[in-house]
Amino acid sequence: MSHSIFQMVCFIAFAVVAVGAALAVVSVKNTVHAVLALVLTFFSTACLWMLAEAEFLALALVVVYVGAVMVLFLFVVMMLDIDLEPIREGFIKYLPVGIGAAVIMLVEMLGIIGVKAFNVQAGPDPAGTSNIEWLGTALFTHFLLPFEIAALILTVGLVAAVVLALRVRTFSKRQNPATQSAVRAPGRVRMVKMATVKAAAVEPIRQESQS
Amino acid sequence: MSIPLSWYIVFATVLFCISIAGLFINRKNVIVLLMCIELMLLAVNTNFVAFSRFLGNPSGQVFVFFIMTVAAAESAIGLAVVVLMFRNRRTINVDEIDSLRY
Repeated sequence: MSHSIFQMVCFIAFAVVAVGAALAVVSVKNTVHAVLALVLTFFSTACLWMLAEAEFLALALVVVYVGAVMVLFLFVVMMLDIDLEPIREGFIKYLPVGIGAAVIMLVEMLGIIGVKAFNVQAGPDPAGTSNIEWLGTALFTHFLLPFEIAALILTVGLVAAVVLALRVRTFSKRQNPATQSAVRAPGRVRMVKMATVKAAAVEPIRQESQS
Repeated sequence: MSIPLSWYIVFATVLFCISIAGLFINRKNVIVLLMCIELMLLAVNTNFVAFSRFLGNPSGQVFVFFIMTVAAAESAIGLAVVVLMFRNRRTINVDEIDSLRY
């Protein structure tokens, strides 16, 4: 019993941290601080997933999001030189609309979830052995083709990001390997036929300053 | 595992509504909008994880795996577009990006 109470206390603590950090993401002035708050949100949510016995996905969330995507966000935020003042000017104007829409959605969704759902308890752990074995068996049997397509999507995303952000500089002098290897001898050396001309005899220059 | 299912759903709902409010509030900064979309995907993923655990079906967690894949590709391309836009227009203000409108 004390074990379950400990789990509930952990859930509430992580959920409060995650929600507070999410509020900070949408409301802080500095974008760098917003990215760091988002990192905290992801980390707390990963702890919640750990509590739901989804260990593999919790660790993947930390590795993929905190390790890669958030670093990418931070990189872009720090690379772009944004002045903060004009960014904030519509904040007060749109604040009532945003809060109103969010509260209405929250009330509606909580109404759909209902009070009865508050007592649903989990059965025994369906994984049996381990979460990663459970997930991997499903992933590599039923979902093998989507798994391959996901790899393709990642490759397309990589290529698209490189192509979009690549800037071809016109002033740089680069080698073009295609033209280099396609070159033939007539393109480089031109043989010119000339009639041979006998050189006239040149008198050696007499040095006169040695008197 | 003694946490009720509804706790996870309520947590995901609150996270989703916060990100909806963030989309309304931050009308000036594309990067914050992208971060709000990431928050929404996180809320949806939390629902998937919770239902997968409580129904004993691994498909939900496999779906979270795919959503994370697509979200990573999406944020990479989105940030590349933001960098390109800032390079051409010197701004990432949403209100100033309206040249397709006229």
